[in-house]
Amino acid sequence: MKHLLGCEGLTRDESIALLDSAREFARISDRKVPKLPTLRAVTVVNLFFEDSTRTRLSFEAAAKNLSADVMTFQGQGSSLSKGESLKDTAQTLEAMGADVMVVRHSSSGAAARLADAGWLQASIVNAGDGTHEHPTQALLDAYTLRERLYGDKSVGKGLDDVSVVIVGDIAHSRVARSNVHLLSALGARVTLVAPKTLMPVAVDQWPVDHTTDLDHALSSPPEAVMMLRVQQERMQGSFFPSPREYTKHYALTAERFRALGEKTLVMHPGPMNRGVEIASVAADSTQSTILEQVTHGVWVRMAVLYAVSQGRKDA
Amino acid sequence: MASDLVLSESDIQRTTKRIAHEIVEGSPDASSLVLLGIPTRGAVLAERLAGHIDDITGVRPPVGVLDTTLYRDDLDQSPLRAPHETTEPEGGIDDRVVVLVDDVLFSGRTVRAALDALVDLGRPRAVRLAVLVDRGHRELPIRADYVGKNLPSNLGEHIYVRLHEVDDTEGVDVSR
Repeated sequence: MKHLLGCEGLTRDESIALLDSAREFARISDRKVPKLPTLRAVTVVNLFFEDSTRTRLSFEAAAKNLSADVMTFQGQGSSLSKGESLKDTAQTLEAMGADVMVVRHSSSGAAARLADAGWLQASIVNAGDGTHEHPTQALLDAYTLRERLYGDKSVGKGLDDVSVVIVGDIAHSRVARSNVHLLSALGARVTLVAPKTLMPVAVDQWPVDHTTDLDHALSSPPEAVMMLRVQQERMQGSFFPSPREYTKHYALTAERFRALGEKTLVMHPGPMNRGVEIASVAADSTQSTILEQVTHGVWVRMAVLYAVSQGRKDA
Repeated sequence: MASDLVLSESDIQRTTKRIAHEIVEGSPDASSLVLLGIPTRGAVLAERLAGHIDDITGVRPPVGVLDTTLYRDDLDQSPLRAPHETTEPEGGIDDRVVVLVDDVLFSGRTVRAALDALVDLGRPRAVRLAVLVDRGHRELPIRADYVGKNLPSNLGEHIYVRLHEVDDTEGVDVSR
């Protein structure tokens, strides 16, 4: 695998191989020396044109656990503010020896552009591009689900017939988009829930169900419900009348959470707006996987860095 | 592609039994022994050797699996391969006599990687190496302590080890 640009197009076997590798990295983290020499002499550059502390730190931890050298580039306060283009920034960093670039950008398609334009030799890992995809987030969600559902029997398994309800701002969410592709590839049954204004126009072409009625979607409790953050920064326009109205119809309130029973897992990619899309009682319950998701993120990103670093000479 | 059978099923059985005897001879205190198999077929051989050592001494040494994928030095040339599972033997490897077990000893690079991986698991008292087949062509200063069969080979030849647990049939073939 030369690049990881999105979950769209990942095959079931590739996805399971990534999750299985992540599982092996998880086991290693329990060791006396939880560090591997695998990516020695590989330079990983975090190229973050958009702020994201947790994703950047997670990639940094993953790269360091594999003994890679890490350089971090942050858009703010850099040459970007002097008007340097994406191409020039990336080529400059490659000239400093970058082998793998982890790219976060506010424009959809930025990672794919870097991978396909012929500017670079480096492997590109998409760490979120605009409203397009955020593949490592989806991989860690799938990993978390698989671990909670199958535990030690996870290796080699997909998520066949597991029902997942994704709620919130689907239209602006790269997390939702990546999860739709990955979870479907793994065999899960995905239902998207959002007000019409926050549902993508092309949702009919996706391999999923969709509805505007959260209570209907939760009437028979799914294996997992994934709440998305209300992303104020991506909404230039009024998509719902008021936060209170959103909470009333689309939040996992204490009431809805209680009605779900004790089996349904509660997921959230973070950062949460407590009281807006999710009630504290749900976020802090034992059914919540929110902190596990963060831990698993490091292992999944180790698996991704490992996968894109293999066979680099052939490419 | 012509292929010759160089070890039959009964040859393999006899050979592993002999290696088990040699291991016991080399470390009379069977309770300090630990066997670590290198996936895939080394892990199978390690299990079998543990069984034979149990027959000889009445003590079955703990068996683990040591994957070397993440310690290899040819990552940038190799195709995508998910790491195998590493399982530490019961009681760990600190202060034990560790016998690494693999099917074929060739360049020595896998063993080199295994030694690095071992250091991350703990500090054994001593490390020994047992292989079913030694085909020569070492690229590193590494030798085996216990060898099932020395099989001088050409670089162009392939050596196939088949074991029931993995391949359904059993034998060692050379093809050229």
